[in-house]
Amino acid sequence: MATTRILEWLGRFYIFLLLAFLYLPIIIMALMSFNASPFYQLPFEWTTDWYASLWQNDQLIAATWNSIEIAVITTFISTVLGSMASLALYRYEFRGKKLLQALLFPPIAIPWLITGTAMLIFFFGIGIGRGLVAILLGHVALALPYVIVVVSARLQTFAPELEEAARSLGANQWQVTHRVTLPWIMPGVIAGGLFAFAVSFDQFVVSYFLSTPGQTTLPVEIYAAIRKGFTPEINAVSTIIIVVSMALMLLTARFFKFGGEK
Amino acid sequence: MAGVQVANVSRSFGAHKALDDVSIDFADGGFYALLGPSGSGKTTLLRQIAGFDFPDAGRIAIGGESVERVPVEKRRIGMVFQNYALFPNMSAADNVAFGLSVRGEPKATIAAEVQRALDLVQLGKLGTRRPHQLSGGQRQRVALARAIVTKPRVLLLDEPLGALDKALRVDMQIELKRIQREIGITTIFVTHDQEEALTMSDRIGILRDGRLVQEGPPEEIYDRPQSEFAATFLGDANIFRGDATGAGIRLPDGTAIAAGAGAKLAAGAKASCAVRPERIQISTIAKGHDQVDTNMLKGQVSKRIFAGNNSTYFVDRDGQTLKVIVQNTGAERLAEGQEVVLLWSPESTVLIAA
Repeated sequence: MATTRILEWLGRFYIFLLLAFLYLPIIIMALMSFNASPFYQLPFEWTTDWYASLWQNDQLIAATWNSIEIAVITTFISTVLGSMASLALYRYEFRGKKLLQALLFPPIAIPWLITGTAMLIFFFGIGIGRGLVAILLGHVALALPYVIVVVSARLQTFAPELEEAARSLGANQWQVTHRVTLPWIMPGVIAGGLFAFAVSFDQFVVSYFLSTPGQTTLPVEIYAAIRKGFTPEINAVSTIIIVVSMALMLLTARFFKFGGEK
Repeated sequence: MAGVQVANVSRSFGAHKALDDVSIDFADGGFYALLGPSGSGKTTLLRQIAGFDFPDAGRIAIGGESVERVPVEKRRIGMVFQNYALFPNMSAADNVAFGLSVRGEPKATIAAEVQRALDLVQLGKLGTRRPHQLSGGQRQRVALARAIVTKPRVLLLDEPLGALDKALRVDMQIELKRIQREIGITTIFVTHDQEEALTMSDRIGILRDGRLVQEGPPEEIYDRPQSEFAATFLGDANIFRGDATGAGIRLPDGTAIAAGAGAKLAAGAKASCAVRPERIQISTIAKGHDQVDTNMLKGQVSKRIFAGNNSTYFVDRDGQTLKVIVQNTGAERLAEGQEVVLLWSPESTVLIAA
């Protein structure tokens, strides 16, 4: 009895340590974004000045809008293209399908630093150069494999007889996809879309390579600002990003769980 | 409503001949069973008729119209799948409505037709339920309603009762037959269950290794099998092999067996005889028999299985084990090890070309 209780207590302590390890730096940063002292000095003095001055920082705000814009467009393009690719891989047998499927995964493992360098050279080579368009193309390329993996996983649970049943009832290819297949894979599509958004919105390395001073994203702008000199405005904007990113991840987890049911 | 003609249809998958020159004429309004072991080609044949797959050679016609290159969505067929394949994201009523809805029928028409179809399968009140809220038998009924609500020319069923337990299966057999009679639709039913094929269908086609072995009414196939395979696959049969004598066969040990039914074979040809276990009378040697026109063999009971309304005796005779089924009439039961004589008439003996 006593041993069980000690083990239970140890288990709880372990979880507590783990969460502290994960969240303590973030919590401190979030707290400091509300602290009046720019040098992390205590005692803590409540202020929202940093958020107010963040509001005045046009460069940071412009970069934030760029990030949101690119993330939204990336999500849309990669979710549509990725879902279509997953459906094609699910439905059709064609030459080189296995190779194609195998080639979809390595980009997830290749360091972004290398992908970024390669993209920079490539985009210069074909005349796109750097800028928001280059960043957008890069993000779509990064996000696509994630969408395909997530949507394909969902499709594995789809019974092919459902499409056959729909066809036997006179439904054409579009009606089959739209009314039978899509409703089934929708949790996967949404989860894939959230992944794509996160990959784009949190992206630093590839964006850093492809941005120019006027055309940049929030993570790159934060990095540039820190190099110029740290201000708690960065804490403030980081706190906002963390809240948004965590909300997205929690949503993803919810949809994944939802996808596992039935 | 329409008949279906399958003429010389062949289909190969790589080196495997799934269907080899199969021809069957499915009459308008009939209830057909395609019976065979797994891998016999029965499901492949059904998929050719449905239009999920196209034959390499041969012709398929529905209502006299060639359809062998028409895709499934344009064939106007109704199909019930082995696992029902109900759309999980739709209610029972929406499942049934699907076929009418993709055709663009007006909403009021759809609602009325769906209700009629649900009433026909006795699910009138369960239209709002999702598939996972329905029992196996109810899902089966929804699948059936969905398949017939579009007024297809032919109804195709792929082992539709396979997933149900025995009692429910018997209920559904009766129900399916009632609905089929009520709407008079040509129905083709794939099964590996011989009892199901016998009790439900007007005609049975037996398939083996992609070929049609025999086709006809259940009584005819059961009483006059044309091959050892047909004899043993549809029901039980005792098979004797020997040489044709003109009036039957002669076994290797010289015993003559008279056959009054089946093929006409020239004397000397290799042949077999099939006898159903319930056609054989069994009795103790002590009683003695000397009927002239009756086939008689002596043997020894090696095993008896009592099944309530009948008993099955396994009788050893010259290296062969014969099966005899005796109704429980209250008569004396024979013990294992007992010497017996088996008697059966030539009319119960079907001659089969080897």
